[in-house]
Amino acid sequence: MSTKEQKIGEIIAEHQGREGPLLPILHDVQEEFGCVDVEAEAIIAKALNLSRADVHGVVSFYHDYSPEADPRPVVQVCRAEACKARGVEKIIEQAKAAAGERVKISTVYCLGLCSAGPAARTGDDLHIRLDEQSIAKLVDNA
Amino acid sequence: MTQIVKISDDALARAGGADKLAAAFEAKGCEVHRTSSWGMQWLEPLVEIDGKGFGPATLDDVDAILAGTSDKAIGVIEEHPFIAGQTRLTFARAGKTRPLSLEDYAAHGGWSGLKRARQIGPEKIVEEVTESGLRGRGGAGFPTGIKWKTVLGAPGPQKYIVCNADEGDSGTFADRMAMEGDPFALIEGMAIAGEAVGADQGYVYLRSEYPDAIRKMNAALKLCADIIAPFKCEVRVGAGAYVCGEETSLLNSLEGKRGEVRAKPPLPALEGFMGRPTVVNNVLSLAAVPHILMEGGAKQYAERGMGRSKGTMPVQLAGNIKHGGLYEVPFGITLDELVNKVGGGTASGRPIKAVQVGGPLGAYIHPDQFDIPFDYEAYAAADALIGHAGITVFDDTADMGEMARFAMEFCAAESCGKCTPCRIGSVRGQEIIDRIRTGGRKRDELELAPQMHNAKKNEGRSVEEEIGLLTDLCETMKFGSLCALGGFTPYPVMSALKHWPGDFVNNPEAVEKALDAAE
Repeated sequence: MSTKEQKIGEIIAEHQGREGPLLPILHDVQEEFGCVDVEAEAIIAKALNLSRADVHGVVSFYHDYSPEADPRPVVQVCRAEACKARGVEKIIEQAKAAAGERVKISTVYCLGLCSAGPAARTGDDLHIRLDEQSIAKLVDNA
Repeated sequence: MTQIVKISDDALARAGGADKLAAAFEAKGCEVHRTSSWGMQWLEPLVEIDGKGFGPATLDDVDAILAGTSDKAIGVIEEHPFIAGQTRLTFARAGKTRPLSLEDYAAHGGWSGLKRARQIGPEKIVEEVTESGLRGRGGAGFPTGIKWKTVLGAPGPQKYIVCNADEGDSGTFADRMAMEGDPFALIEGMAIAGEAVGADQGYVYLRSEYPDAIRKMNAALKLCADIIAPFKCEVRVGAGAYVCGEETSLLNSLEGKRGEVRAKPPLPALEGFMGRPTVVNNVLSLAAVPHILMEGGAKQYAERGMGRSKGTMPVQLAGNIKHGGLYEVPFGITLDELVNKVGGGTASGRPIKAVQVGGPLGAYIHPDQFDIPFDYEAYAAADALIGHAGITVFDDTADMGEMARFAMEFCAAESCGKCTPCRIGSVRGQEIIDRIRTGGRKRDELELAPQMHNAKKNEGRSVEEEIGLLTDLCETMKFGSLCALGGFTPYPVMSALKHWPGDFVNNPEAVEKALDAAE
């Protein structure tokens, strides 16, 4: 048994007794490996007595799970209405320019910081009142 | 005596640098209490010393604040017009207590609702919640008491309380503030709901975009497990799907399935989580319950508000607004008061162009309609919705054509895919709006081919015809979609087109004519 199989097995064992264990399992697998790939889907499907298609359907439905790991750091920028009203579209180009190929800029719809946007998230850290300079700095430090 | 300094540990204050500020005050020998947020977000991070506020504070202000010479002083916080004008019932403890302190919670009236609920029993609890007039704060406004009564009457050995904390609407943050600032109030509300309907298991479905709320709710549940027992409750983290804020899709997600909407009936009250009777309520509905269950609370709640919209609503002022934050008031207040008087107009200082009430699915409201009172029925009559009471302000630089297109784009990105009007309609909607904005549509190569006998060869589709098509599509989405995502996306689209035709085409008269013809 590979270490990956073993780790996923441990995650499954931790959640298996819960009602509706699939999402908590997927969260932990995504956290551990940076993705939920085909191999992981198969192991989880077998353990929960689901078809691989069932598990894949769930993985592909949610934005939080990715099929492949992306080694780049991520900056999630909110581009929903309230942040648009505060000018996120004017600074997004700066963020992208600063990011280049090194950082992934992803769009998130709402971080709940709607009176103090534009807002962004890196890991569990939140950032508000961003402007051209501060968003570029945020990306540089990501 | 050590100086006590209060600084919020709300996510927004922390994003504004509250942690570093707290450390700086500690380094100066002060005792720092990390409390919940008052909700005056333009002043965050707000520093409170002896009831007086200073904000937005930075590290450079620390010395001046302690010396009493800071120009960031706002005076006594409770006398600030933004706070003094509110009626805080659900957010009674905001700014005053440390979120994870059981001692603070109990000292400010915590657990008295649950204690009383346990004495009066299920029927009386449901009766009082019904009497209070509380309606679901998630958006649909369904009477909470009636929902609970249905679940109470439903047969079944296992029932559930599910808290919908998937607050995905842009412009809303009251759920987040409630969970981060007063987590025990939500838990108490859930325990009371459990007592009322006979459920001993609760789930809080919390969106993954709220890391602070997840941490606080988990910690709070651990701390109060003995108090709420035999009721048990756990947090389930969402996975980034907006549609999971819809109750049936939330239930599917909770069960570990794709977050696809279920057709109703059966109602979740009868066949919800795992096919068993389930109460699904929004954070704000459940957090309002402990107050209602206090001695005389239901009556106090019902006395406020207007018409069939009883009690208070924690309104969220967001977007391009000068004084943004949480403002809890009885129903009936006008938009003008909220946006201009309380909110102080735009943050940019430019004139207000539009206000979106109710998140991404809410209508854009023109300043001409600002006298509309905050009331479920009044908004419905104006082809708008209160939703989760998020108010997003736009100044005159906003391009409403772009916002209408974004509404369709958002619907396409977040559609669960189960029903056609939403899944396909949203994509076609984007295309039509693009064509309206670029002046209609020429015949394409395929249509010009001689084999296409029925396609007109000489002309394309005019802007007027495209508008007719968009109106028709919106009707289909409104009445043919399974849930509010597809069903309400037409509100922002059509309201933008109706009020700001100039943002779509050069000759606004053509839009008016086309809209009239379409009706």
